[in-house]
Amino acid sequence: MSLAQLINLRKVYQMGAGVEVVALQDISLTIEAGQYTAIMGPSGSGKSTILNLIGCLDRPTSGQYILGGEDVSRLSDGELSEVRGRRIGFVFQSFNLIPQLTALDNIEVPLFYQRIHRRQRRHRSLELAEQVGLGARARHKPMELSGGEQQRVAIARAMANDPLIILADEPTGNLDSRTGQEILAIFGDLAARGRTVIVVTHDESVGRRTHCIIRVADGKVVSQTAN
Amino acid sequence: MLSFKTTETLRLGIESLLLHPGRSVLTMLGILFGVCAVIATLSVVEGISHKMQEEVLKMGATNIIVQAVRPPESQTTTSAAAASDALAYGLTYDDAERIQSSVKGAEVIVPARKIPAMARYYTRRTRVEVFGTVPWYNETYGIQVASGRWLTPTDLHKTDNVCVLGASVAGALMPREEPVGQTLWLGEYAYKVVGVLKARGMGSGGKAGKTQDYDRAVYIPLTAASRRWGQVLTDRSAGGHSHEICELHEITVKLASAQQVHPAERIITHLLEKFHTAPDWYVLVPLERLEALERTKWLFVVLGVSIAAISLLVGGIGIMNIMLASVTERTREIGIRRAMGAKRRDVVEQFLVETVVLSTLGGLAGVPIGAGLATVIPWGLTRVATTLGIGGEAALSSLSQTIVTPGAVILALGTSVLVGVVSGVYPAYRASMMDPIRALRHE
Repeated sequence: MSLAQLINLRKVYQMGAGVEVVALQDISLTIEAGQYTAIMGPSGSGKSTILNLIGCLDRPTSGQYILGGEDVSRLSDGELSEVRGRRIGFVFQSFNLIPQLTALDNIEVPLFYQRIHRRQRRHRSLELAEQVGLGARARHKPMELSGGEQQRVAIARAMANDPLIILADEPTGNLDSRTGQEILAIFGDLAARGRTVIVVTHDESVGRRTHCIIRVADGKVVSQTAN
Repeated sequence: MLSFKTTETLRLGIESLLLHPGRSVLTMLGILFGVCAVIATLSVVEGISHKMQEEVLKMGATNIIVQAVRPPESQTTTSAAAASDALAYGLTYDDAERIQSSVKGAEVIVPARKIPAMARYYTRRTRVEVFGTVPWYNETYGIQVASGRWLTPTDLHKTDNVCVLGASVAGALMPREEPVGQTLWLGEYAYKVVGVLKARGMGSGGKAGKTQDYDRAVYIPLTAASRRWGQVLTDRSAGGHSHEICELHEITVKLASAQQVHPAERIITHLLEKFHTAPDWYVLVPLERLEALERTKWLFVVLGVSIAAISLLVGGIGIMNIMLASVTERTREIGIRRAMGAKRRDVVEQFLVETVVLSTLGGLAGVPIGAGLATVIPWGLTRVATTLGIGGEAALSSLSQTIVTPGAVILALGTSVLVGVVSGVYPAYRASMMDPIRALRHE
């Protein structure tokens, strides 16, 4: 069953004074449920734009995006927020944790916007912190955590609302290679347990671990190959 | 019980403010001073107004006081002076009777004569105002006896030489003796003291707004006043001497309710206009004074609050400024929250709650400080005025109390919450309109 379907997606940025930049032209992609996918390509190829569209942070200029059977390409800003909160889990290159919150509080941010009560939130965040191997470090603030630990917090946060897709943008880009391997192992583990994971990367070693590699160049999909 | 959203958003806001306690307190100060100013201003105005109302109420809110007015000297010297050397003017018993029969609902009519006289007790002397009046005068004016008794109907019928002393008269003549039972001299006549009144203070009465010292009065039966002093009064106070004929100086009409005051006033004015050729009378309506006072008070309230509003405005601008900086500083956090499912509304609420909490706390802190300031202001102003030798006694005494009303507190708190909302709207809107993708990339 296809979980996410991008049909003839086009994204054009208006740069003012009538200048248009075509970021994506007629992209069509299908992501299957439980698939571990890598999106690869040089910088400026449009892979971040694809990620933003899949993650409902942005809307396509034209074309259709079906996520979990629902056309989300024409939703309002509020509805897109709702979709992001429920169906998407983000992991960023620079972790993007809220500095003043503890690890547990950071994990609870998506739960907060789903109106989950405090006690339930805490229950869930402790469970997730355990799953990503944070243990006793969960009550610390991001500043007091190592890069690897911060990324573990981010992964736990991404899983908080049990999303359809976990989107990771260069998740190992700010980590040393050993820590990077540990983080990739967590993604591999998630994929093995049936999670749908999409990783954007230009690291070939990351691509080799996935089920499927989508190669992008100049705003077009060059190839979609199964590993 | 507050909803999930309210309590949680509130918690989020407070936690975020606590991250920068110093900054939060400084931001709050603007509102604190504004609220402080509102409370202090309103309390002082309320205090002055209360004091003035008290003075008017001494005359009775349901009373109408008709006073005899001495015509200006220029008229007297030319016409009347040659004939009898005595100036005839003022109210008469006929006036009292006419009012009694024409004004429906008049509970009691109190006639009174006022005779300036010298009171003497052995070697002590003091100038007093002798009030020839009737036994029900005290009920009309709410006069209270400190010791002894008030005038009785028997005193009136028997034309007894008895008197009741105002508090300061008793103090001046008999500082150490018990006044009741003593005999003192009023002009050429001996009067037995039967009672002493409690102190009442100054009252603003009379046409020209002259203050009247109730405590310098000596009350005697009206019959005794007419018998002993006759119709012609001689005043030797002003260097030379003048004679005047005045049957009654004052007629007080007590009405059952405030609603009857204005109709009764019209009837009385009409009667006096009809029967007096000269304008030798004046109708004093305490209720009207109260109404005028209320209007004046509102003028001062509006003035004071407008001035205080400026400092609230400045406080609001301060909050807005800090919040705009905070929004920029937290751009990335906003991006993260938006990616995690926060709607624009959630972002607006998050920032709005912070400004409202700030301004409300500032307001809450400002109320007691303002109330404290209000108690210090009269003291300080009196000090300054005394040192510089400005301001009359009456003006200073009306400053003597300040009153913090619940209305002032509600107004001040309400305004501070409003300032929080208004100053938070723009920064919150800016935060919510950020593009999540750009916000996430913000360094």
